[in-house]
Amino acid sequence: MALDAVTRERIVADSATIIARYPQPRSALLPMLHLVQSEEGYVSPDGIALAAEILGMSTAEVSAVSTFYTQYKRHPNGEFTVGVCTNTLCAVMGGDVIFSELSEHLGIGHDETTEDGRVTLERVECNAACDYAPVVMVNWEFFDNQTPSSARDIVDSLQAGQDVVPTRGAAGVCTFKQVSRLLAGFDDGRADEGVGAGPASVVGLKLAKENGWAAPAAKGSRSRTREES
Amino acid sequence: MPTRTPDPLTPVLSAFWDDERSWSLETYERNSGYVGLRKALETDPADIVGMVKDSGLRGRGGAGFPTGMKWGFLPKPDGGPRYLVVNADESEPGTCKDIPLMLAAPHMLVEGVAITSFAIGSNHAFIYVRGEVAHVYRRLLQAVEEAYTKGYLGKDVLGTGFDLDVTVHAGAGAYICGEETALLDSLEGRRGQPRLKPPFPAVAGLYARPTVVNNVESIASVPSILREGADWFAGMGTEKSTGYGLFSLSGHVRRPGQYEAPLGITLRTLLDMAGGMRGEHELKFWTPGGSSVPILTAEHLDVPLDFESVGAAGSMLGTRALQIFDETTCVVRAVLRWTEFYAHESCGKCTPCREGTFWMKQALRRLEAGQGTEADLDVLLDNCDNILGRSFCALGDGATSPITSSIQYFREEYVRHLTEGHCPFDPVASTLFAGADAR
Repeated sequence: MALDAVTRERIVADSATIIARYPQPRSALLPMLHLVQSEEGYVSPDGIALAAEILGMSTAEVSAVSTFYTQYKRHPNGEFTVGVCTNTLCAVMGGDVIFSELSEHLGIGHDETTEDGRVTLERVECNAACDYAPVVMVNWEFFDNQTPSSARDIVDSLQAGQDVVPTRGAAGVCTFKQVSRLLAGFDDGRADEGVGAGPASVVGLKLAKENGWAAPAAKGSRSRTREES
Repeated sequence: MPTRTPDPLTPVLSAFWDDERSWSLETYERNSGYVGLRKALETDPADIVGMVKDSGLRGRGGAGFPTGMKWGFLPKPDGGPRYLVVNADESEPGTCKDIPLMLAAPHMLVEGVAITSFAIGSNHAFIYVRGEVAHVYRRLLQAVEEAYTKGYLGKDVLGTGFDLDVTVHAGAGAYICGEETALLDSLEGRRGQPRLKPPFPAVAGLYARPTVVNNVESIASVPSILREGADWFAGMGTEKSTGYGLFSLSGHVRRPGQYEAPLGITLRTLLDMAGGMRGEHELKFWTPGGSSVPILTAEHLDVPLDFESVGAAGSMLGTRALQIFDETTCVVRAVLRWTEFYAHESCGKCTPCREGTFWMKQALRRLEAGQGTEADLDVLLDNCDNILGRSFCALGDGATSPITSSIQYFREEYVRHLTEGHCPFDPVASTLFAGADAR
């Protein structure tokens, strides 16, 4: 689909905001490609052309960048990307089983989208949550310690139009277009939702507190802080 | 070498992650937040660099290069811009420390950024966070916003005349961007491909200007050094690997998670804290610092986890990402998956890495399916030999680590695949949800 004039104008205006964050305009390219995805649901040829035009680059140069990064989609993405970590640790802990069960359940493979356009299934690489393995990401929000049945419940809910709640993240999962806009650097004001840390993140802290263990001066600073307050 | 501090765990970075709204400025200030910055702003920048040098802090992103020395490599100011870039692209398999740190305590990083920028004379800092962590990005954006409002960032920081802008930049999915020069290319709006060094970023980094690139945990350690002193920091850990760090346990242990301890702690102690292996299972192999370092086995349980000792044991401390596998895990399957990862993430710039990882993937797939011959093992080792040290960056080197180390320790398991004509392991037995004994 061709970009309509209103969308085009919006991308141009938002791009100016992005460019202003950097000493050199070309640094804005990655966020601008996230921005294009937030409008088009993928990095469309029109989006590439517009980004090239705004930054004074050739479309070949912009294409070269957009095809390098896995988060940029080359065809329309579903409303929710369900990414199953199948890097070694998650795979061994159950990621492989989860991916194959989801694939069978949804009738789609890697980087394919369900017919209703709701779910795009992906194998993802390590998402830095190994202490919560196996991990599933929905639009880049953490769903920790998954099982085949809990993962099936997630995609069933997404397809039924029901909310799903990340283990560590916002109070609900926004759409692919919305998260793409966030990644372009436009805050959606949801930072205060969700937990600060999951249980595995504080397992050592908890143990230290139970045993009265602390760094030498940190003991002092913490009690000092308490006295002052 | 024994650690010099009496307490086995020393939460500093993680000290208040369990507080209510731990990510807010209010909580951070209640926990000595921005005290280090106030001290720094009254200190001569050169003395801050000296202090961080004296603390012995070594880069927490894997390489372990002394942080203060890295700062000291910047040339003398020439009136042009210089930059601080924080590498928040945490993607090394097994590594999961920076993401929870930024989720729970983003201000600790922001304060570290402000102190470091002041120390190196930078007026514009960047935090390059991987794009696959939406909520971490939100928390960083908000923390930076709050810090501007409170005068910790922006024009005339706390009335000192020092100006600092901070841009939080989201990547778009590429492991290679964790390599500092690939990260810089990516931040310049290019494909993330490593640069030839020298020149190092200290001389020609972002926009070819002097640039310091540091890992999240390194920068987040700086406020505590300013607050408590270099001697305090150096009093923890070992003589050459000072201070505390996050040890991330994952895999077949009862209580996986983050354990913040002085460098030099052993896996035996950490495993004990984590409740041991799951069920009645035994430790088979583990990574001390992500998948790019050689694997170790149960015979290495007492190796002190500091840079020197892990090196002497034939591996590397890396990112302290302890991925722990029990005897239900097929080492060939594990190594195959890591190899597929490196083949997928190789940026394609250097032939040995681009072609080598592709061929190693083919050979390992055959072996895992029990279809190769024992000669394939020698071909694999020869491949590794032709990759190691022959590419611009360490991705190719890292790809060889799991292969050479697993053949060293588990050659008979590779051969067993061949003699049996298939993988002798049941993959379901190693899952989190296998049977009643899985935690």
